[in-house]
Amino acid sequence: MSAFLSLVARDLRLAFRQGGDAAMVIAFFVLTVVLFPFGVGPEPELLQRIAAGIVWVTALLAALLSLERLFQADYEDGSLEALALLPLPLEAQVLAKCLAHWLVTGLPLIIVAPLLALLLHLDPAGYPALIAGMVLGTPTLSLIGAIGAALSLGARRGGVLLSLLVLPLYIPVLIFGVAAIEAEIAGFGARPDLLLLAALLVLAVGLVPFAAAAALRLALE
Amino acid sequence: MFRLANPNRFMQWSGKILPWCAIATVLLLGAGLYLALFVAPPDYQQGESVRIMYVHVPSAYMATMVYALMAAASAMALIWRHPVADIAAREAAPLGAGFTLLCLVSGSLWGKPMWGTWWVWDARLTSVLVLFFLYLGYIALINAFDEPTRGARAGAILALVGVVNLPIIKFSVDWWNTLHQPASIFRLGGPTIAASMLWPLAVMALGFTLLFVTLWLMRIRSALIAAKLRALRLQQAV
Repeated sequence: MSAFLSLVARDLRLAFRQGGDAAMVIAFFVLTVVLFPFGVGPEPELLQRIAAGIVWVTALLAALLSLERLFQADYEDGSLEALALLPLPLEAQVLAKCLAHWLVTGLPLIIVAPLLALLLHLDPAGYPALIAGMVLGTPTLSLIGAIGAALSLGARRGGVLLSLLVLPLYIPVLIFGVAAIEAEIAGFGARPDLLLLAALLVLAVGLVPFAAAAALRLALE
Repeated sequence: MFRLANPNRFMQWSGKILPWCAIATVLLLGAGLYLALFVAPPDYQQGESVRIMYVHVPSAYMATMVYALMAAASAMALIWRHPVADIAAREAAPLGAGFTLLCLVSGSLWGKPMWGTWWVWDARLTSVLVLFFLYLGYIALINAFDEPTRGARAGAILALVGVVNLPIIKFSVDWWNTLHQPASIFRLGGPTIAASMLWPLAVMALGFTLLFVTLWLMRIRSALIAAKLRALRLQQAV
């Protein structure tokens, strides 16, 4: 456990000292959301109708943008090979790295999302579902992304490849995240969709470390 | 299964059964198309457009079945380092992507007169579209590395991860209210379609399966021959 926590602390320290990761993700998130009123027009009714979808799709893309950082730096400077020699299993290290990645990039998304929803005139009834959905959904994004990031280590055109691998697997999170908000606004309650998001998270926590660790071992061969 | 791990033995074995598979494919697809286009009755609601189903249903079945086979071959390649399974998984992917595209396009052509739209975002259609992207991602991943074995093994992991999509496709029509109709063939309590339509469909499904087997064997054989040629050239160069 202490090895796990010190790995999380190491990744967080690296992220803060190098800086810019969280800021870049938030800047991307805000700028992309701000593009939509220019693209579809500023009518509040229209924006209100599509606000939930815009916020979630953009959050998805912002999460995707930061995935390359998950293993790439450690892979390039060789520390991944040193980490693989630790007694802590590689599967647990994947979880630790995902946790650190989520704290650096996922948490800021959750904080900024309600503000952006405000700009898009989201129905006030939808905010609890938006925040709860993001809390349950963004860790899943980091975890699923870890598989793609580990698989595309050392590949040609890794960035484009990563989006091709990861985006199809992100679709369920997007569907239930948006459905939770819409259901809450329509008065049906967001509970079923939030439970499905929680189920996805539990599945991802249980299964992703094995796939990602297998991919990392492959990259280290 | 393990006997076929030897490429030479695989070439001998596949060379023997390949002509029979090819002949059976031609006969079954010919008979199936004749039955589907001329013998089977038009539907009382759908009219003649029901004949699209005789292509759509077998290609949908192949789209998922090929993925399952690809994942099984990937698991074999990862667990036992089975060299032919590696190539088999790689060579199945473009065929599976082709069947998935055929399924999506034929469904779209049927949907326009029947549902009044080319496409709806219901769970069945969306999950099959995701399957298509999984195939594309797999093909992109195996070709993204300078070292072919690294690409093949990364692809094998991705193929196994993508298996989560298969039950979602199968049960999407039961879990959600979809425009796509629920299962009518492989269901508890037996098929619910008339025998006059079930028979042509069964012949077409068998024909599609054999078509895939024939093409798959041909692709694996040519990949093995290409690998052998490369090895010989390298030997000569040394």
